Amino acid sequence: MPTVTPPATTDDDATAPAPDAVRGGRGLEHAAERARARRGLLIGLPSLTYLVLLFAVPLGIVLVYSFATRSRTGRTILGEWSLDAYARLADGLVVEIFLRSLWLAVVATAVCLVIAYPFAYYLATRSPRVRGLLLVLVMIPFWSNFLVRTYAWRVLLGSDGPFLRLLESVGIGEMRLLFTPFAIVLGLVYGFLPFMILPLYASIERIDFSLVEAARDLYASGWQAFRRVTWPLSRPGVIAGSILVFIPSFGAYVTPEILGGSKTTMVGSYVVRQFLSSRDWPFGAAISFAILAVMLVAARLYFRSGGRNL
Amino acid sequence: MSILDASSSGEHVADAAQPRRGVQRLLAGNAVLVFAFLYLPILVLIVLSFNDNRIVGVWTEPSLRWYRDLVQDDAVIGALQNSLVVAAVSTVVSTILGTAAALSLERFRYRGQGFFDGLLYLPVIIPDVTMAVMMLLFFVQAFDLVAAAFGITPRLGLTSISLSHIAFNISFVAIVVRARLEGLDRSLEEAAADLYATNWQAFRRVTLPLIAPGVAGGALLALTLSLDDVVITSFVSGPGSTTLPVYVFGLVRRGVTPLINAVSVVMLVGSMVLVVASLLIQRQRAT
Repeated sequence: MPTVTPPATTDDDATAPAPDAVRGGRGLEHAAERARARRGLLIGLPSLTYLVLLFAVPLGIVLVYSFATRSRTGRTILGEWSLDAYARLADGLVVEIFLRSLWLAVVATAVCLVIAYPFAYYLATRSPRVRGLLLVLVMIPFWSNFLVRTYAWRVLLGSDGPFLRLLESVGIGEMRLLFTPFAIVLGLVYGFLPFMILPLYASIERIDFSLVEAARDLYASGWQAFRRVTWPLSRPGVIAGSILVFIPSFGAYVTPEILGGSKTTMVGSYVVRQFLSSRDWPFGAAISFAILAVMLVAARLYFRSGGRNL
Repeated sequence: MSILDASSSGEHVADAAQPRRGVQRLLAGNAVLVFAFLYLPILVLIVLSFNDNRIVGVWTEPSLRWYRDLVQDDAVIGALQNSLVVAAVSTVVSTILGTAAALSLERFRYRGQGFFDGLLYLPVIIPDVTMAVMMLLFFVQAFDLVAAAFGITPRLGLTSISLSHIAFNISFVAIVVRARLEGLDRSLEEAAADLYATNWQAFRRVTLPLIAPGVAGGALLALTLSLDDVVITSFVSGPGSTTLPVYVFGLVRRGVTPLINAVSVVMLVGSMVLVVASLLIQRQRAT
């Protein structure tokens, strides 16, 4: 973070008591610094106020709701507090949903890493002009509407879609691609692959390849040079990409709803169900908080392992 | 965005980075496959939207009938209008607030910055569903308060949607602008101060033009996120204030129809045009 350094004082014996003139001068410096600090705070104040009002406060309200009780008709009674909602989190069904979401998110992250790493390496080792063009080509689908891109797979994997008809023509009929965990992971990978590609690319592109050259000079094979030089140096990108894919994958709602159907419930769909059909708001609030807790743990791990700002 | 900046500054990569021929070809092959993977669904959708047949998988003959139906569909047009209004409002406000936040955190020092910093990062890691729940509960409580104080009960609508979008977009804009600010050479701003520029002049003539690509990138990100949003919007929208992705999401859950393909293609082409246009503008500014 850039720091504001006050100009150094020029008197030689800094230990002697400062004469009044210098003390007055330092007072002026401090006043200027305070004015500057105040200006900085003022500039950020509207944003800070907005975030406190429309983010921190709502978060607090969710916390409060998670301790409320649900009446038999589905309304939320704020006066009666209990830990029932949190106790339900230990239910077998809820734990199963959490674990399934965790597992699918981990699989999606792993698949993204395997696909994206060679791709990012290839990209990062092209000439600058080609690199720019290829990056733009990667970004264009990324910036396109997420819902539509997920929906496209619904069409592709459906019973009328090209993939199943291809499989039928080859002789493997009767297979279901849609509404399976496979479809969900495919949708997650498709949606979040660019989140893995970009940090990997940025990280690999920064590597000083003269180090690899030095390794080769010391008789390392290509594979050894990769394993001991390139891979460790690209780790920040690997970690950043993994977090950027894992977090939205774990809390995903649109992808499992469109591609997963009702058989494979993920945590996001479960929360929404509490608010739309089950009308159990306290429980929904408790689950939301639990999801947030998982995210915070993941983010903490990221920053702990030396991740830079996103 | 900073990643694009990095790519155009490159020196030619040392030969040591290039692996052996066989591996090289594998890498290139993998790259081709990834690009195919990324673009195939989009292309299939575009092709199928011109299919005359009601059944999605069977190709009959090219026709524009679904697009004609689309233009006459009031629900879709209404949803599109709502999307555009919300996106415009939330992009403008969140870009201003996000840029201000970035400047405040990167160029100044005061107490409470740590809290501000942490609060700014939360919307990025929070999942959609949690944010949707947060916003819904907030508005429910807020409406109760307003009703108790003023007697009129506000309702969920475009305002609540816009306010929610701004809430998460501020952070994304701030992240992009901060990345840009961090990479800037401060000597330019200091030079302006040496030349007796006031703070406002230095900001307007030196800092602002320098961070303009970052601000533009942040604005584009905010616009995209707003147009993409499904969960948060569906929780805080009322009857008559549906946005396009929420409407399409509802249609999809009821079953795949070719009309959805046409809507999807329109949304796709729209967002791609946006991206390409903004990239061209950024390239122009940079030269």
